[in-house]
Amino acid sequence: MECTVRSQTGFDLLELGGEVDLQFSHKLRETILGSLKTGNPLLIDMAKVSYIDSSGIASLVEGFQTAKTSKLQYGLLNISNAAMQVLTLTRLDKIFDLHSSTDQFKQKLQ
Amino acid sequence: MTGNTPTTNAITIRDLVVDYGPRRILNGINLDVPHGQIMVIMGQSGAGKSTLLRCILGLKKPTSGSIQMLGTDIATASRKEIYKARKQIGVAFQGGALFSSMSVAENIQLALHEHTDLDEKTIQIMTRIKLDMVNLLEAENLMPSELSGGMAKRAALARAIIMDPKLLFFDEPSSGLDPSTAAELDQLILTLKKGMGITIVVVTHELDSIFKIADHIAVMKDGNLILTGTPQEIIDSTNPEIQGMLNRKPRETIVDTDAHLRRLTGDF
Ligand SMILES: Nc1ncnc2c1ncn2[C@@H]1O[C@H](COP(=O)(O)OP(=O)(O)O)[C@@H](O)[C@H]1O
Ligand SMILES: [Mg+2]
Repeated sequence: MECTVRSQTGFDLLELGGEVDLQFSHKLRETILGSLKTGNPLLIDMAKVSYIDSSGIASLVEGFQTAKTSKLQYGLLNISNAAMQVLTLTRLDKIFDLHSSTDQFKQKLQ
Repeated sequence: MTGNTPTTNAITIRDLVVDYGPRRILNGINLDVPHGQIMVIMGQSGAGKSTLLRCILGLKKPTSGSIQMLGTDIATASRKEIYKARKQIGVAFQGGALFSSMSVAENIQLALHEHTDLDEKTIQIMTRIKLDMVNLLEAENLMPSELSGGMAKRAALARAIIMDPKLLFFDEPSSGLDPSTAAELDQLILTLKKGMGITIVVVTHELDSIFKIADHIAVMKDGNLILTGTPQEIIDSTNPEIQGMLNRKPRETIVDTDAHLRRLTGDF
């Protein structure tokens, strides 16, 4: 799993890649929660995610809840078809803020 | 992907023989279960279906033959290797009851506490995701004794998929359920296959279910696999044993209208 936060103007971009599973999801969780602590909006780019299991999804959900409580924008970018199927199965596609471009997310920040 | 080894099967069984004392229970079984599909094993009581499952799960050492499951040779693997392979599989067995002293949620998250060091919050959300999948979110804090039969089956299913298994085994999932609850369970099994890409092996003799969920059917009789094929191939089989098994149910529940028309008219 790759999990890197890059600071952008007005928000943090988390680039997620590879297999997000039981072994690595705690790292994802720490990264998301750590980034939200800085008080910046967070956009998670999932373009390079080849597999995400429900522990990874759970970390995304916890991040979303934390962002909401802190009134921070929290978006997911470039969801793969496979990940989308898992989100749909758990009805999370209706809950998450899904984006297909960084600009789309930036507009929300205004 | 390694060399020329075919990786398209989740399970490959060759010449599997099981004896209990002097009795031969499985008599040279060959079976391939392709990745991401649903294999139904059917056959009368005593045919050897549960024994076959127990061998695949590494719970019963075969007398001879080989079983490859997710790349592990189960028949020759060490206990440690079997243990590792088993983390990738989920099992919902006949009589595999929930622990009566634990709530539904506690039952479901047992494996996460046992096998992972995930944060408690992550475990809680994962549990709720799985409860939501099986439509049981409101039963989280109930005790098993407070569940209906259908709810208990769904809870057992949530427990079986808590670790996101690549392979899911079901022994007689709809036994003892009324038809509409059984149909709900079938739907759920199909959803899991589609949404999570899980390979699923179901042992059942409920014909309604079989023809709703199966991609492939393996028919067992007296320790032998007498036929494997798609549902259509099973329906079209002229094997009198197979026809006997199919016709024990009211015909309209098993007849595919096109196939039936073809059978009646004798042409295509
Ligand atoms: N532990 C055992 N010891 C001896 N015989 C067994 C044992 N388990 C199953 N059998 C026998 O093996 C045969 C197949 O049983 P089983 O695999 O449970 O069939 P099925 O699941 O198709 O009903 C039956 O005749 C059964 O009595
Ligand atoms: Mg049995």
